[in-house]
Amino acid sequence: MKKDLLLKDGNPQQGNPLGGTLGESLRSQGVSRRSFMKFCATTASMMALPPSMIPMIANALENARRPSVIWLSFQECTGCTESLTRAHTSTVESLIFDAISLDYHHTLQAASGHAAEAAREVAMEENFGNYLLVVDGSIPLDNPGYSTIAGISNLDMLTESAKGAAAIVAVGTCATYGGIPHANPNPTGAVSVKDIIKDKPIINVPGCPPIPVVITGVLAHYLTFGAIPELDHIGRPKVFYGQSIHDRCYRRPFYDKGQFAETFDDEGAKKGWCLYKLGCKGPTTYNACATTKWNNGTSFPIESGHPCIGCSEPDFWDGGGFYKALSLPTEDLSKTAVYAAAGAAAAGVAVSALNRGKKNASNKIHIKTTIDDLTQE
Amino acid sequence: MTEIELLSWARGPGLQIATIIFVAGVVIRVLEILLLGRKANLAEAKGGEMSSGLKTMITRTVPDRTTFKRSSVTIVSGYAFHIGLFVVCFLSAPHILFLKDIIGFGWPSAPTAVIDAFAVITIIAMLVTLVNRLTNRVMRYLTNFEDLLTWFVTFLPVITGYIAFHRIGMTAPTLLAVHILSVELLLVVFPFTKLMHAFTLFIARWYNGAISGYRGVAS
Ligand code: SF4
Ligand code: SF4
Repeated sequence: MKKDLLLKDGNPQQGNPLGGTLGESLRSQGVSRRSFMKFCATTASMMALPPSMIPMIANALENARRPSVIWLSFQECTGCTESLTRAHTSTVESLIFDAISLDYHHTLQAASGHAAEAAREVAMEENFGNYLLVVDGSIPLDNPGYSTIAGISNLDMLTESAKGAAAIVAVGTCATYGGIPHANPNPTGAVSVKDIIKDKPIINVPGCPPIPVVITGVLAHYLTFGAIPELDHIGRPKVFYGQSIHDRCYRRPFYDKGQFAETFDDEGAKKGWCLYKLGCKGPTTYNACATTKWNNGTSFPIESGHPCIGCSEPDFWDGGGFYKALSLPTEDLSKTAVYAAAGAAAAGVAVSALNRGKKNASNKIHIKTTIDDLTQE
Repeated sequence: MTEIELLSWARGPGLQIATIIFVAGVVIRVLEILLLGRKANLAEAKGGEMSSGLKTMITRTVPDRTTFKRSSVTIVSGYAFHIGLFVVCFLSAPHILFLKDIIGFGWPSAPTAVIDAFAVITIIAMLVTLVNRLTNRVMRYLTNFEDLLTWFVTFLPVITGYIAFHRIGMTAPTLLAVHILSVELLLVVFPFTKLMHAFTLFIARWYNGAISGYRGVAS
């Protein structure tokens, strides 16, 4: 993991005054060693690490102090939190929740209003410089009043909470790239976390919503290595977003053979042929759906017969129509071509008339050479 | 501008602008040639122009032996890349889909492996034509800026398409956007350069044939 960007103090868990280690916490909840090791193995394979790393992960997690996590939700639909919490019980997802100390989360915490804000402030103060900040939702910049929590604007809350964060995890396409609030015409002036916070390491975990195991995988990576994973050019961890849906799609052989479903209920669709012509954005989308899959590994959208809509890419909402094939023009080109041809035909006739005029004029001034000209001196 | 925004621009406004320039440019230039007109020929002559013109359109497509011997590299690489371009442009599924959207009908596509092979042939053949042009002394003497420009704008969509298909170097949305933009560049340059031969070639050939088919003195 040499390429990892190590955080300043190398270990975000150090100095966390909240409770004991993850090992203690798991044992107190009656989690067996066996299921713990299984969790470590899953984590290793998710992060594309060799099995030889499993004991190292186990050791790191056992002794990790539960880091304080503050989760802020701005302009969002709670889909990201739903994705995470509706995931299958007693899996990696729920285990990871035992591994962190979730000190603030609107949807999940019992406290509300000012009491909740007080909890956030306490957690921030006690873990200054060490807590992990998770954000879902975009931040409106046009008018701070568009989205507030306990009277605090999203912008203020984000900048204030980011100050003491060791790292920020932006969860979902809204927090990472502005997402649906940012879609044309962007009525609230919504922006992403990265547009505002420039001085902290930010891990982008896009998706609408992101795959739960990808969210927890990123958290597990952070817990295990105390560092943020290697990121791609738009801030996504390469382990999960390194390959396009198209390159890992099980329908790819049909694409290569040129076998496509033309409609949602034709023979091709029934035979499970490629969904490119139905608008699949798999070729331009980087996410782990085709490998990790959804609902505890059950399937992913393309497996259910629906084309990928490209939800983990910036501006996927304005990508020219979900059901329009990628190679198609987004506007009506035949109309343009016909109008252009009609206009040009008129222009062509005019130009030709001019040419003829020129020709006639030069014909007129043309002086014929006769035999007499040759004898002239 | 994000990658997807760039892609959307290329698929939307960019394509509109390029199409307008291409269609208008080609229509005006072809009309200009056709409307030049020919003088009415009052002399009665032996030998038909039409059949000779049509025949030449086909016969000139096959190089004669001496010409072939003299410039075999030009002819072989030229044919190879023209055929390659045809296959890659008109038989790959995404391209057919694009054309179908504009002209209203489509046709079966070739498997990606076939398209891929023809793309490689096209790329190699085009490189050969360029090297030949630059190393052959006569050819180099005859080469002007327009020759290099037309080579470049034709080569660009092929190589960017190949790279986009294999996802080399950049991420897919950018690669696809760059490929579409390179096609737009080709469309914009097309009507103003010798690329127009795609439309004028057969007109010119017919005319050549017509002249030699005509027997007699024109009035
Ligand atoms: S269904 Fe989509 S992702 Fe799968 S092969 Fe077809 S185009 Fe690619
Ligand atoms: S298949 Fe595509 S649209 Fe669907 S969840 Fe995955 S990345 Fe998002």
